[in-house]
Amino acid sequence: MNGRRAFLGTAAALGGVAIAPGLLLFEPARAKGASSKVRWGMLVDTTRCAEGCTACVSACNKENGLSGGTGPDDSQWIRKIELKEKTTGRTLSLPMMCQHCAEPPCVDVCPTGASFKRADGIVLVDRHLCIGCRYCMMACPYKARSFVHEPLHDQKPDVPRGQGCVESCTLCVQRVDRGEGPACVEACKTEGREALLFGDLNDPNSAVSKRMRERGAKQIRADLQLDTGVRYQGI
Amino acid sequence: MATIALREIEGRSRGWWGLFALAGLLVLGMLFAWHAMETRGHVITGMTNQVVWGLPHVIAVFLIVAASGALNVASAASAFDKRFYKPLAPLSAWLALVLLAGGLAVLGLDLGRSDRLVVAMTHFNFKSIFAWNMFLYSGFFAIVGAYLWTMLDRTVGRHATLAGRVAFVWRLVLTTGTGSIFGFLVAREAYASALLAPTFIVLSIAYGMAIYLLVLIGACAGAGRPLGRGVVERIGRLLGWFVLAGLYFVAVFHLTNLYLAKQAGVERFLLLDGGVYTSLFWVVQVLLGSVVPLVILWSPATRGRRGATVLAAALVVLGGLAQMYVTIIGAQAWPLDLFPGYEMRSSFYDGVIHPYAPSLPEAVLAAGGLAIALGGALVGVKFLRLLPVSLADEALAPGDGAH
Repeated sequence: MNGRRAFLGTAAALGGVAIAPGLLLFEPARAKGASSKVRWGMLVDTTRCAEGCTACVSACNKENGLSGGTGPDDSQWIRKIELKEKTTGRTLSLPMMCQHCAEPPCVDVCPTGASFKRADGIVLVDRHLCIGCRYCMMACPYKARSFVHEPLHDQKPDVPRGQGCVESCTLCVQRVDRGEGPACVEACKTEGREALLFGDLNDPNSAVSKRMRERGAKQIRADLQLDTGVRYQGI
Repeated sequence: MATIALREIEGRSRGWWGLFALAGLLVLGMLFAWHAMETRGHVITGMTNQVVWGLPHVIAVFLIVAASGALNVASAASAFDKRFYKPLAPLSAWLALVLLAGGLAVLGLDLGRSDRLVVAMTHFNFKSIFAWNMFLYSGFFAIVGAYLWTMLDRTVGRHATLAGRVAFVWRLVLTTGTGSIFGFLVAREAYASALLAPTFIVLSIAYGMAIYLLVLIGACAGAGRPLGRGVVERIGRLLGWFVLAGLYFVAVFHLTNLYLAKQAGVERFLLLDGGVYTSLFWVVQVLLGSVVPLVILWSPATRGRRGATVLAAALVVLGGLAQMYVTIIGAQAWPLDLFPGYEMRSSFYDGVIHPYAPSLPEAVLAAGGLAIALGGALVGVKFLRLLPVSLADEALAPGDGAH
């Protein structure tokens, strides 16, 4: 009896030693969390966005492990929209993605709470709770969401995706949590256009807030009063 | 009026077994289709990132809505105390249950992650009408099940009126919830209207009663039970009123939208140049599904005739399927207008009409829902006392205060 107790004790101690380093590594990463003091957002200057340039789209696909396919079943987290005003013929080009609304309709309609908004304003899908009902896709005014129609292979470790689940732009949350900006913003800068600006909308001194204050910015479908985190200039 | 006995049917005829085998085969097909969609993904369906809800949703929502309407005959008996309908009520309640089961099966098996149904039943976002519907649907099973029990078991028969009234209120709320799935979608031009909830309620009664009539006439014919022309005429006449009311609500819905300049585009698409959707609306939903049945059900030459009534009821069902197709798929085919006053184009099909053609797997999946309802109805009339031994006009004599 004593022998068995001793064995169990040793096994428990060894197990603890084996697990502890993992816990220690895992906990600090989790502990930080998203802060409600911050509201991440993006400003799109359409006057700097060039027709035909898809650097932001390519960067998004690469960063998040998307195929880049443009078939009706393919996921597109960000897309370029070319606009032509019907009366004047004026043309515009701009990127469209999840607008990270403060009042997101996708979160309202999601039956399980899989669609959720982080404390810092980033709207995400919990891949473990999404049942693939696509009600959020029906509800999104921006057609920003995609449904994974096929089995996935070779996923990126820090961007989990799932067949049968809905997904959309995460503002590259994995990069944001590392203190970096979204891949699309970086790519646009590398192209020398700097049409995209990422930052904290709550911080009056952030570059994004300053530029919005100076030149104003519009929300798409402002009539819906969703208080979008992505704003546009030049539309 | 003397008490009318209810009896199980024999259920040994070729007709019964033939239909049961057909339902079984279709359910088997449904399971194969579901497995294929689970393993290969929704890429094998016609649904895309543009048209995200397809034929399975058309059939599922139709069945769910019809389930609520099928209860109408029972509601007339209990909630409105019409004695004429009392012997007809048990079949009505049973049909409501099996139709809902069929609809929910399709919805559940179409999910991208149908293996996570337990997640849907344990995690609720109460701001979502979908989450509310899970309670409304399970509550419907419980309440209508209890109501059926009070009708079939004399020891608890005294509770039938109360149970029937609760069921009546519940099904109104349930169809409000189903209509609101669409009514609450502010993003889409064709939806976002509080009118959708009452419209769905009225249409549900028409669809449910049409299915009820088809099953009643079919079961009486198959089991050799008398069914008086007066009985058929009376239910048919009532069905006519609900078909007419449905037309009224649909007309008001579209007229309201036509008045709003921002809705003109989608209304023009659905009503004038939307191809298959325009044809389905005018030819199948309005003409074949409403006007023709109305003429058949109310014309002195045809009203109460079994064959004519079967045709009228079948047309109402067909019109109902067309209505759901136009409502669910037509509305998605119309592109979202993100930039009013601009022409749009993109790699994600912005600014263009989205095509949709159902594939075989999703058609089989959808047909499985109809088969579950059919199989359930067949099993019900065979093993439960749902069908009166006689529905001859003399048995349900007029002058019973039932009018």
